[in-house]
Amino acid sequence: MQELITRAKELLADGTVSRVLGWKKGDLGWDPEPAYFDKAEELENFIYNPFCGANLSKYLIAAGKLEGTTLVFLKPCDTYSFNQLVKEHRVKKDKTYIIGVGCHGTLDPEKIRNTGVKGIADAVLEGDRVRLNTLYGDKEAAAAEVLLDRCLVCKGKTHVVCDELIGAEPGEEAGPGELAVNRFAQVEELENLPPEERFAFWQEQLSRCIRCNACRNVCPACSCLKCVFDSSQFDSNQKANADTFEEQMFHIIRAFHVAGRCTDCGECSRVCPESIPLHLLNRKFIKDIDTFYGEYQAGADTESKGPLTDFTFEDVEPGIIAERGGGR
Amino acid sequence: MCNCTDTLIPQIGVITDIRTETPDVKTFRVVGRDGKKLFEHMPGQCAMVSVPGVGEAMFSITSSPTNTEFQEFSIKRCGSLTDYLHDMTVGEEITVRGPYGNAFPVETALKGQNLLFIAGGIGLAPLRSVINYVRDKRENYGTVDILYGSRSMDDLVQLKEIQEEWMNTPGVNVHLTIDREQEGWEGHVGFVPAYLKELEFSTDKTVLVCGPPIMIKFTLAGLIEMGFDKTQVYTTLELRMKCGVGKCGRCNIGSKYVCKDGPVFRCDEIDELPPEY
Amino acid sequence: MYRVKKDRLTELFTSVSKVQDLFLPLRKCDQTNYGLWTPEETFDLDTLKTVKSAKDCFFPQSEVLYRCRKEDGKISIDPQQLCDRPFVVFGMRACDVKAVEVLDRVFLSDPVDSFYKARREHGTIVSMACHEPEETCFCRNFEIDPAAPGADVETWLTEDSLYWKPLTEKGEALTAAAEEFLEKTEDGDKTVEEEQTAIRGIVEKLPLSHLDLSRFKQENTMELFDSPLWEEMYKPCLACGTCTFVCPTCQCYDIRDFDAGKNGVQRYRCWDSCMYSDFTMMAHGNMRTSQMQRFRQRFMHKLVYYPANNDGLYSCVGCGRCVSKCPASLNIVKVIKKLGGEA
Repeated sequence: MQELITRAKELLADGTVSRVLGWKKGDLGWDPEPAYFDKAEELENFIYNPFCGANLSKYLIAAGKLEGTTLVFLKPCDTYSFNQLVKEHRVKKDKTYIIGVGCHGTLDPEKIRNTGVKGIADAVLEGDRVRLNTLYGDKEAAAAEVLLDRCLVCKGKTHVVCDELIGAEPGEEAGPGELAVNRFAQVEELENLPPEERFAFWQEQLSRCIRCNACRNVCPACSCLKCVFDSSQFDSNQKANADTFEEQMFHIIRAFHVAGRCTDCGECSRVCPESIPLHLLNRKFIKDIDTFYGEYQAGADTESKGPLTDFTFEDVEPGIIAERGGGR
Repeated sequence: MCNCTDTLIPQIGVITDIRTETPDVKTFRVVGRDGKKLFEHMPGQCAMVSVPGVGEAMFSITSSPTNTEFQEFSIKRCGSLTDYLHDMTVGEEITVRGPYGNAFPVETALKGQNLLFIAGGIGLAPLRSVINYVRDKRENYGTVDILYGSRSMDDLVQLKEIQEEWMNTPGVNVHLTIDREQEGWEGHVGFVPAYLKELEFSTDKTVLVCGPPIMIKFTLAGLIEMGFDKTQVYTTLELRMKCGVGKCGRCNIGSKYVCKDGPVFRCDEIDELPPEY
Repeated sequence: MYRVKKDRLTELFTSVSKVQDLFLPLRKCDQTNYGLWTPEETFDLDTLKTVKSAKDCFFPQSEVLYRCRKEDGKISIDPQQLCDRPFVVFGMRACDVKAVEVLDRVFLSDPVDSFYKARREHGTIVSMACHEPEETCFCRNFEIDPAAPGADVETWLTEDSLYWKPLTEKGEALTAAAEEFLEKTEDGDKTVEEEQTAIRGIVEKLPLSHLDLSRFKQENTMELFDSPLWEEMYKPCLACGTCTFVCPTCQCYDIRDFDAGKNGVQRYRCWDSCMYSDFTMMAHGNMRTSQMQRFRQRFMHKLVYYPANNDGLYSCVGCGRCVSKCPASLNIVKVIKKLGGEA
């Protein structure tokens, strides 16, 4: 971490960058906060640890409007979001200096609590174990059980874009996990359910939605200046579900809107206060897009055309809907 | 039988008259289904007017409480609800709840005082209620000066009433102005704050100001320059409101709720609020 | 003092739920939220904090106020029936109980909100002491004692028993109704006292228990409002409504229409958030155009404006939900520390 601070100070001092976007120490060990650092001395509060799950890419939309270049620290998976934002003309690479940081998985405080641990003061990731210091004594948990969902389908340790790397080796592979081998396993499980059970699954999940809009506001693919759900002209409400149909409509419309652009960064599920597995909706779209138009990873580069904004003769015909049992 | 009564539940109002004041302002006359006034109010108070399915918004009541037959609202077309209202016809029904908010202190601080009303555009709506109240209780107040301006001749609200009634009330002086020269207009031309300075009013008056924020800002500066104290000046604030009873939080600035503690504020009171109006 | 064995709680709940609605923290999909309990549901008294508070029981996130129809140009208004069924909310923590007082001062002040009042009148609150307070808790700063949570009945959950102490008339009535399951106990006082001592001991040691609130006073309104620190603090804010919707004291609401087709128009109210960009949007403008202004409003309202109108009572109870749920790890504690300094 000291290496990151030292390098940031150098880049600030030589004028390469005007500010640093990173994570700042919180009050509780597990709650670092995305933060801007304008001066070298502010970097004393900089932190980088397994609780720095927040993907900073989206903040670069706002940072891009400021004078000068912004130094940002991105984890490997965050760089996919960055590329996608560049492709969508939301951020400019030349206004950004990226330091790729190594990542060995990020932790989910919510999952730690769900193992029955109370009063977390600090946590250290050591191999496949997480050692926890709590108000009620020292505890331990298996890392695989308390990693953020996104880490279970880790895209690998390669930064698809960066100006330099610190603490990361190019080409380093992701650890083999069951899901890392087949990231669509959970989606397939849901696909294989009878429709009524699948409906019941989503109803139980989505009925917990409190319409806080955190999933939308954190999503790097949700960068519309004004969301359709915030429009007073639209017969919907962004603050409460006027009926049970609406809670589903919001999430499904959002999934449609980010389809082909979602990099599967998992921020939606990370921030959901009700821990709704929203990433599974997006991943279902990714799976279908892969099947219909060929394998595609949004954000892997900045030039290729998105599958839904391009046309080829190999594209699937609409008749596929009937074949899959979706027709009448 | 429903057990519910709540201030959020409206009454049904019938539109009995619609006057086109300007190209974008209409005055609606409203009574209850029984043909009587919906409620009693004081000058400066507001009410929530709604078309179910379209929206609900706060409007100041422009008629005077001394009018025993109906309430009137002068409404400028500026959004989906006001668009809808402008397309309505006499005999149609709307819902109304209120009255809400405080009022100009016509029975206390303003009593016995010389009054100066300064209005711009649709800002005349709340002041008209006071002006007609004062005209109807003429003996309770000193001299009355009314300075009213708008963009053009066609944008002066209530022009007929001003010319036929206000100008003919003893002790009432009306000063009209429009922003730019216009054919057929022989009166004063210029912005309200500039005209205010030209008129050189004496400072023995209590002032009531209402208009667009920019006009209020320059008018207030002008008044201070002329020697008025902020405690002599009243104005009304307009913010988004939903409940009208100081609970929904929308019109909260500082420790005040504009719908309940306002909309009428004395200018020295406004100075104590965070500048979010 | 009464006692009920832990393994008889389900029987107790079943009996209560036969005569009135019973709201309990329910476990679903790894999350605990208040909900109407039926014997098929799993209750969870061990999780300290439900995701949303029990606010919904008295001020639901969304509720219909009245229905309107228009036939032949005539409008008819059919107000929503007020709550007329008694209900029990079981397991509310001290912070959430205090939050009801914060809401009372808004909704029961003139003019009274009849919808809220009806629910308050029909609801009995059974509170529960916080067996193991968490690192996110900071109720001590608001003079709340999680070892004596108050309300109509207060309870303490130990290894094998729930200790039960009625405090009000409503609480006595519920106690009488549940008599069959409650045994009078002599040594209960001692057990409870021990539990209280333990809780208070932990509270003193919590990392966020010692904040300095002395600067948050009405006379400092303008100084706090104009502080350049807001500009620094708000930046990570995503402008979502998580903090608002998990907060037990946030009370702002919106009123909207839902077109229910041939059933007319439902005018309903729902929670709103001052963090949302359209909160103060009017047809002709918006008085808070930046997220900094909206962020500032939320905290100024809780720490300065609300206390100014309510005898110094803060509109925060230190439940810590915003601390654990904010996607950007922003929260009122960070604001208090930054603006007020730490004790």
